[in-house]
Amino acid sequence: MELHQGDLDRAHADGQAPVRGGAFIDVQDLSLDFPLYHGGARSLKKTVLSSVTNRVGGQLGRSGGENDGPEKTRRVVVQALRHLNFQVKSGERLGIVGRNGAGKSSLLRVLGGIYEPVAGRIHVGGTINTLLDTNFGMNLDLTGRENITLRGRYVGLSASGIAALEEDVEAFAALGPFMELPVRLYSSGMVVRLGFGLATAIAPQVLLMDEWFMAGDSKFRDKAHARLETVVRGAEILVLTSHMPGVLQHWCTRLLWLESGHIVADGPVDEIMDRYNAGAPPAL
Amino acid sequence: MNVLPSASERLSRHDRTTTGLADEAADTRAALHPGAMASGQQGIAQELLIDARLGRKTRDKAAIADIRDGLALWRLGVSLGWLDIKLRYRGSALGPFWLTLSSAVMVASMGWLYAMLFHIVVRDYLPFLAVSLILWQAGIGGVAGEACDCFINAERTIRSMRMPFTVQVIRTVVRNVIVLGHNVIVPLAVFAIYGLWPGAHALLSLPGLALWLLDGAAACYFLGAICARFRDVPPIIGSLMQIAYYLTPVIWKPSQLGARGWWLPLNPFDPLLEVVRAPLLGTTPSLLIWGAALGYSAVFWLVSWRVFVRARPRIAFWV
Repeated sequence: MELHQGDLDRAHADGQAPVRGGAFIDVQDLSLDFPLYHGGARSLKKTVLSSVTNRVGGQLGRSGGENDGPEKTRRVVVQALRHLNFQVKSGERLGIVGRNGAGKSSLLRVLGGIYEPVAGRIHVGGTINTLLDTNFGMNLDLTGRENITLRGRYVGLSASGIAALEEDVEAFAALGPFMELPVRLYSSGMVVRLGFGLATAIAPQVLLMDEWFMAGDSKFRDKAHARLETVVRGAEILVLTSHMPGVLQHWCTRLLWLESGHIVADGPVDEIMDRYNAGAPPAL
Repeated sequence: MNVLPSASERLSRHDRTTTGLADEAADTRAALHPGAMASGQQGIAQELLIDARLGRKTRDKAAIADIRDGLALWRLGVSLGWLDIKLRYRGSALGPFWLTLSSAVMVASMGWLYAMLFHIVVRDYLPFLAVSLILWQAGIGGVAGEACDCFINAERTIRSMRMPFTVQVIRTVVRNVIVLGHNVIVPLAVFAIYGLWPGAHALLSLPGLALWLLDGAAACYFLGAICARFRDVPPIIGSLMQIAYYLTPVIWKPSQLGARGWWLPLNPFDPLLEVVRAPLLGTTPSLLIWGAALGYSAVFWLVSWRVFVRARPRIAFWV
């Protein structure tokens, strides 16, 4: 393909400040049930048997007291998110606070399209990147280079695009000959360098990030900070879950406070942070 | 949707045609700048819309979108399948040819034993056995076994990023095609030894193999989803396939049953196996066989489709 200087300029402009259609997140009446399967609920045989014995037992007036009784096979459903409504506009940096189990990670996974809600509607405009997995979605048995290639294929890069991605990540991670060895053999620092370099090489319009991503040891943080900053600044929308006030105050412009799947409060960072720290009940 | 390749991609392509210093500098800058790959990601969705309020129609649409997006990412599926095979045999000298070797030993020993038991001449029996056994083990039986793990094995990926489930299906099918490709050497060697070259006639098995690809994909959607939900299904499938192996003419020829074989058409595996096997052995499957194979397949596709449509939104919770 012939390229002219004009194309190049535009291509370059794309790389620095991409021309984009305006990202948004629109969540309406979102509810998520999280089924937990354990023991008998995992077994087809027991599920069928228990439904049969239930029916028979009901007719005979027996209170199924056997091992395969209904208690053992009934699945537990956790109500992870309940009737959430919020919108995020382009340019906003949304932080999500809440105690453990409040539904922060579930919400992030729903926004990333990993978990599908049982009720309500979510609409996210723009390309999405989710940084959730502590292994950065890498396959530990594959080499560093193979992992990079797979990521390139996932986002639909062509061969030359993958080569550029490889170059970029290699320069950041500085793994040398380890690039050709399985990730399993890496030191933990090397895994983080490679995974972080890989995850941040592809900048989306909507960036969904878990708090641990900001953590890590301080030495690495210095090196990674500039890179992360570019990606975050390049994204139109950031959604970040965290416990750390410092991180949230630095990165976010708006906070969403979740408690057991409900929105407790939604507003400016300082105000919500004060109320969250004080543990104050919502002023409804 | 922006269909232009990413900035750095175009820059590096440009760099190859003109080697100006300024361009090189621009290229390096773009490549080292995180986010250089931001625009024009053809594979990744530009929009995500999940509406749980509308019923079946949205579910159908979402399943169709999964298949469409997965096919668009076929390169990823193929790479994953290749890497699976590479990983499985990394560090072994023969690689996937271990499979070929073990199949060869099995075909040779079984061919000799059963030819004696059935009182057939080895020369008549061995080519049949070699083709049937490889097609069953690396084909039908192999796919049925691996389809069960299709989504369970991809648990990490499924829970950490949104990716069409179809990518995992392509990956599983590709893996099995590669294994079958390695095993095909065994019947080819038997043909060569006995000088029974099927010639161009063997190409007639290609439509049958295409049907197998579709059936294999359907098996992945169907068994992959069910096995993700109910973890005791894989062993059940294993025993069912064991029974099917003996009830299907794999080690015995249909002609040995004679008139007592009236029930054979009720076994869906029989026509499915025959549409691929017959051309390799120099005969042509009848229209009836083809009709049965297509009919059984169509029913299977329909069932698999319904199961996948229902299960798709829940698979991420199941794995």
